[in-house]
Order: sequence, then structure tokens, then C-alpha cells
Amino acid sequence: MNNNSIKTVGIMAQFSNPGELMKAAEKLRDSGYSKFDCHSPFPIHGMDKAMGLSSSSLGWVVGLAAIIGTTGALGLQWWTSTIDYPLVISGKPLFSFQAYVPITFAVGVLLSGVAALIGMLALNGLPRWNHPVFNSDKFEKVTDDAFFISIEAEDPKFHTDETIQFFESIGGTNCELLQENQ
Amino acid sequence: MKFDSQTYRLTDKGRFGSITLIVGIIGLILSCVGWFTDSQQFYFSYLTAFVFWLTIALGGLFFVLLHHLVGAKWSIVIRRFGESIMMVIPLMAILFIPLLFGLHELYLWMNSEVVASDHLLQGKSGYLNLNFFVVRAVLYFVIWTVLAFLLNKYSLQQNQNPSPEQIKKFRIISAPGMILFAVTLTFASFDWLMSLDAHWFSTIFGVYIFSGSFLSLLCVVTLVVIRLQSNGVLKEAITKEHYHDLGKLMFAFIIFWGYMAFSQYFLIWYGNIPEETIWFLHRWEGSWKSVSMLIVYGHFVIPFFVLFPQVTKRNKAVMTVMSIWILVMHWVDIYWLVMPTLHHHGYHLSWIDLATFIGIGGLFLHLFWRIFTAHPLVPVGDPNLEQSIKIVS
Repeated sequence: MNNNSIKTVGIMAQFSNPGELMKAAEKLRDSGYSKFDCHSPFPIHGMDKAMGLSSSSLGWVVGLAAIIGTTGALGLQWWTSTIDYPLVISGKPLFSFQAYVPITFAVGVLLSGVAALIGMLALNGLPRWNHPVFNSDKFEKVTDDAFFISIEAEDPKFHTDETIQFFESIGGTNCELLQENQ
Repeated sequence: MKFDSQTYRLTDKGRFGSITLIVGIIGLILSCVGWFTDSQQFYFSYLTAFVFWLTIALGGLFFVLLHHLVGAKWSIVIRRFGESIMMVIPLMAILFIPLLFGLHELYLWMNSEVVASDHLLQGKSGYLNLNFFVVRAVLYFVIWTVLAFLLNKYSLQQNQNPSPEQIKKFRIISAPGMILFAVTLTFASFDWLMSLDAHWFSTIFGVYIFSGSFLSLLCVVTLVVIRLQSNGVLKEAITKEHYHDLGKLMFAFIIFWGYMAFSQYFLIWYGNIPEETIWFLHRWEGSWKSVSMLIVYGHFVIPFFVLFPQVTKRNKAVMTVMSIWILVMHWVDIYWLVMPTLHHHGYHLSWIDLATFIGIGGLFLHLFWRIFTAHPLVPVGDPNLEQSIKIVS
């Protein structure tokens, strides 16, 4: 045992209601913190703005997947039915784009959907096994009626004592260090 | 135009009401002249213009029904627009009367000699006959008018003394109202548009008309909001977020329209049965071919790409241009549904098309403006009004 050192990976504080949480997030944003997260039992409108989050780049991922899906599906149908194995079906031209539209559309939607799911997980840093916030007993109430903000130690502005002081100055209670065995 | 932002009332209504009334009357007089010069052209032009404006009024009814049915909050600030537009339906019922005199010129199946020599039409004569046609038309207008009147009545009641009673009533009316709306709109489009070519049938036709109908309503609302705001009206109540929401719905219904239009075409193309394909063949003849292509690109491809990004939906200039463009395309769409029955070998624009369009449109907009400005411009009694103003999309 023994070589186990304990490392601080962040600080968490509790807030009394969604309004306080929103105000605290705005203050954190304004004082330059960037790697922090707000925890609440329900979604709060306007929170992404209060946290200073830029709009997600997921749209570009999905857009790219949609283009690949539609062109790929159309290309495959074109190639199979005009070059690889040409067949005249009910007297229609070999390249009858009308018949290809449903499949093109469906593959485009399918690929977009899959890209949206995988992209969302990747952008959220998921899947991961655990996060130190779950070590806190108080944090269990976050799915019920408690509101928290956690700041990661990776944040350039992070400094254990100062951050705790800052949390207290903006109304945070029950400040806790988030720690992890190394 | 002067606006009192406390009561949400217009204290000075401007000249829009009188201008539209004058334009409307001039249009109708010109239409009468048109009837004397070429009655057949008149009836077809009148039907085109009538359906164009009617679909907008029905779009208003749908908007209000949907709003209450889902308990929407973002659209509360624009609910009065929808309500005032649906209250124009009784006027459309009156304007339907001239069509009754032209049924023999519009619909081939109205002529008994034609039916006598046509096996298909004989089979359909249980549905397609004069008496039943008129009974149905009366029924449609009664249903639409009653729905519109009730919804409007409780909305005005809510302005005076708000209570949960009205919200309950809105929902009780809207749920069966939505079903009635779907059925009546479908059969009305079968009766008035599809039966122009009585051999042809398409079960998706009603949904096709509906998609264009709600789409054009969104464009009219957007244009009226932009115009009012440039006169300093409702500047705080309606924000960029509402434009964004309107734009998103517009975008969605562009796609929905495209989906319906393609589905209709696709199945007929695939089945390749002469009595079905003939309808598209007529619309591929001569210069109708370019009109068909114009609709494909103008009604779907261009608006789709323009309204795709977020920025364009939040930009008033783009939304203005797009709304006008889509309304023009909606007219072209109705024209393309009606006119090939009269002009077989290519489109043939007539001055009567314009006269009937501004005649009905003038009266439509005049009545809309009168109803709209007679009351507060937003439903001041709605408990969620505040939330609607502050909405973030």
C-alpha cells in the first residue's frame, strides 16, 4: 500500500435553489473560470448562456454524417443498378433517381442519428467509469432537490484556497474537495 | 400607427384597413368585368385566388387549435394573429357563393351528358353530385366557422376576466376540433381541387394542401409581425426568439410539404397506372413543365437551404424575403393544381388572375386587420403571457 497519494481534482459547493445556481454560474463565468459544471435535478433554461458555453459543434458532426450518408446511399444505388448489375425494372430508366430517394433519405437519417449519439457521447467525454463528485454523500441529493457546482482542478484559474473563498463569497455552502486516489 | 404598450392596444390604426378595403373593392369590380369578358377564365382564376386565401385562413385555425391542444407557451404572443386570421373564415364562406354559379364550367362531372358517357364518373356519382357537393361545402364552412367563433369568443373572454375555465374550454374544443379540421380540410380539397380532374385520385392530397396551408400562414404571421415592429408595435413583446421559432416551424413545414409532394409523386410514378399518371402528365406538358420545376426548386430546394442555418431564421431581412417568396410559391402551387384543367398545353397568365387575387386578398386583409386591431394585440389575460414574452428558444 503506501505509495497511494491523494490528489485533489476539483472543488464542489452546494447552492440553495436554481436561481442561486444560475447567478453563481454567471459570476464564475465572469471571473474567468471555464472548466466548471452545474448539477441540478432538472434542466434550467438559459444555463448554457450563464455558464458561458458556446454553441455545440455537434451540428457539424451530424451535418457531415448526413452528407456522407446521402451521397453514399445514392452512389451505391447508382453504381449497383447502372454499372455493376444493370437491370431494367418495369421499363424504367436504369438510373431512376425517384426510386432511390427513400433509401437515400433513410440512410442519411440513420447515419445522422448514429453520429448524433456517438458525437454527443464523445463531446461529453463519455463513457467514463466514475467522477469524484460521486464520492460525496451530499451529492446523492442532486437527483432530488440539491444544486451543486463543481470546478475541475484543470481549470487555469483553479487554486484550492482561493476557489473555496470565491465559492463562499458567491453563496456556496458545504464546500468540499473532490479527491481521487492516485 | 400608434401603440400603447401598457394595454397592448393600437390607439392609431394607420391606413392599412382603408387601403386594403379600396384595393379589395377595385379588385372585385375588375373581377366582375372579367366575368363578363371571359366567364370560364374568371371561374378558374377565382377558384385559384379563393383557395389561396382560404388555405391561409384555415392555417390560422390550425395554428390556434394546435396551440391550445399542446398548451404551447412560446406562441401566446402571436396567438391573436392566428385567431384574427381564422375569424376571416365567415367572409370566405360568403366569397364561396360566386363559385356555385360556375360549377358547370369548373367541374366536368357536374354535366350530366358527360357523366352519362363516362363509366368512371358514373361510379363516382354517389359522391360527386351537385346536391351532396353543396351540402358538404356548407358543412365545412359551418364547422370551421363554429370552431373559429368559439375559440375566439373564449379568447376575448379571457382578456376581460381570466379564469382557468377558458383554458379548459380551449382544450375541450381543440381536441375534437383538430379531428374535424383534418377531415373537413381533406374532403374540401378533394371536392374543390382534386375533382377538377374527376378521374384522378390521390389520398394524400388533403395533407398536401394542409402542409402548404400552414406554411403560408406562418409566412403571413411573420410578415405582419415584421411590419408592425418596424412601426414600433409590439417591439418588446416579440423578440428574436419568436422569429427563430417561426423560422423553425417554417423550415419544418417546407420539409413536410416536400415530403408530401414527393410521396404523392413517387407512388404514382412507381405504380405507373395511366389513370393516375395522367395528372402529372398534364403538368409536364408545354410550359407547365417549367412551372413544375419552378415548384420543385422554389417551393422546396431554395427555401430549404436558405432556412437551414440558425442565423437566417433570426434575421428579419431574410425572413421577410423568404416569407414573401414562399407565399408566391404557394400561389404558384395552387395555380399549378387548378389551371392545367383549363389551359392544357401550357400556362397562360390572365389579368383576371390578378384581379381576383387582389379582390379576395384585399377583403381578407381588411377584415383581418379590423378584427385584429379591435382588441389587444396579445391575449392579455393569458396566465403564461409573461413567460411567452421571455421565452428562449
